[in-house]
Amino acid sequence: MKRKVFAYPYIVWMILFIVIPMLFIIYYAVNVGGDFRLDKFWATLSDGNKWTVLWHSVVMAFKTTAICLLLGYPIAYILSNMKRSVAGFISVLFFVPMWMNFVLRTYAWQAILEYFIPEIKTMLGLEGSVLMVLVYDFLPFMIMPLYNTLSKIDKSLLEASRDLGANGTTTFMRVVLPLSIPGIVSGITMVFIPAITAFTVPALIGNGMYHLYGNEIELAFKTPNAPGDYAVGSTLSIILLISVLVSTLIMNHFDKDQQTGGQMW
Amino acid sequence: MVKKAFKPFKYVYLGLMLLFLYIPIIYLIVFSFNDFTFGRRVSYANLGVWNGFSLSNYKNLFVGEAGNALLLTLEIAAISSVLATVIGTAAAIGIYAMKKRSRNLILNVSQLPMVNPDLVTGITFMMLFAFVNGLLVRMGLAQIGDITKLVIAHVSFSIPYVIFSVMPRLRQSSDLLYEAAMDLGCSPMQALLKVVIPDIMPGITSGFIMALTMSLDDFVISYFVSDLKSVLSVYIFSCARGARGVNPALATVIFIPLVTLLLIVNLRRLAKEREYEIQSKKVKMKDKGGNIK
Repeated sequence: MKRKVFAYPYIVWMILFIVIPMLFIIYYAVNVGGDFRLDKFWATLSDGNKWTVLWHSVVMAFKTTAICLLLGYPIAYILSNMKRSVAGFISVLFFVPMWMNFVLRTYAWQAILEYFIPEIKTMLGLEGSVLMVLVYDFLPFMIMPLYNTLSKIDKSLLEASRDLGANGTTTFMRVVLPLSIPGIVSGITMVFIPAITAFTVPALIGNGMYHLYGNEIELAFKTPNAPGDYAVGSTLSIILLISVLVSTLIMNHFDKDQQTGGQMW
Repeated sequence: MVKKAFKPFKYVYLGLMLLFLYIPIIYLIVFSFNDFTFGRRVSYANLGVWNGFSLSNYKNLFVGEAGNALLLTLEIAAISSVLATVIGTAAAIGIYAMKKRSRNLILNVSQLPMVNPDLVTGITFMMLFAFVNGLLVRMGLAQIGDITKLVIAHVSFSIPYVIFSVMPRLRQSSDLLYEAAMDLGCSPMQALLKVVIPDIMPGITSGFIMALTMSLDDFVISYFVSDLKSVLSVYIFSCARGARGVNPALATVIFIPLVTLLLIVNLRRLAKEREYEIQSKKVKMKDKGGNIK
């Protein structure tokens, strides 16, 4: 018996539950009630409102990523320069919230903004509040890859840079920062793409008054008290998948430190 | 000199960021001891006024809808992570023995659920099950229930994580081990169970833990997959959207075991780190000997 036989159950599973479900997006985009029809597909594609919401979501995701990077880089940098035992402990503290149910954390912010300190919401406005909670949810995902990359930088390189006459700022700009680019790229990927598709945060923080692209898709499929409109939802998802694919390809272009296996995605 | 002046600033910054990350959690834990009874009704909607100390929220956790959701979450997580670990480990062993071409193809497809946004994975499952259930109804058969749907979805999104944490371990261990075991009279199954699997056990364990936490943490996919019965995060979402609010005691019940678990794992990891470094040095030396294809 050859060992590759052991992969067969998984291959069947993969075809049934990874490959075929993906095809359903295309199937339902052009199939209304069993008939092949393209009208809903074109109607959704030419709906200017949807594109406005998509653009708005991309901008929000961009802002979220930028703020996470600005807040997270110093954290990772400080941690990477600490003694290993101390840094190990404090970094765990930063990653614990990541493992806590994120709907519950988002709900906590909803309650804080609604009942406990409503001043925050009046100060930041609706969009600002959504942005703050998005940053809150994704910050650990930015810190983690940054911390991993920064703590792996060989400290003798920094000493070499000092010995060759560079001061602290120059060493940082010309040694640390370039070496941490793989961490920055994977941090951006880990924040930007989930942020485009976020629908929980706007749904809870915005109380249904604030829509991002994820909410459009969610509403298409899960309209309260009505059967979902699969054609619209599928078309919106195709647009989303293409945007995500494009941004992943752009990221991968910058990331030369690719992991094993797939260079395809 | 400059460094020293920055030192207190560093700690202040870290402290502020930690405060930002923990405020919502602390807030919920504090209010989980609040009394939310108004007359005979319990409403969590007004989570800002301190009504007096009470432990009744903890009693309410384990009854009714919240209790059911909590139980279902644990059930789905246990079943799906065990299934995903078994299928995923077998798959990794099989894929590793394949030719480069088919191996890369399968690994690329396996990455799909990892790169796909959860939202898209969720709706693809929703459409798949809607389609299959439609067929089943037309044939006069029973539909697929929520629990089965949830298990299938959770297994599917966790398997790739198991595969990708077992693979590096297989790469580190030697192919010769498997062949040596067979030469010494093991059947392929015995060689696998007695030699290969113990050798890649750390990878299997971390894959299992990943699958477990992914399942416990999932909201988006479960939300689209299930209709009536669902896991805790979906229950929390529907409560948060509605007027009744969420029982804050949930935060404590999730947070305390989580912190304990993470601390145990990390203390163990810190102790093992040294051992592991020595081992990986050995592997590197083997690599230089040209042992790897």
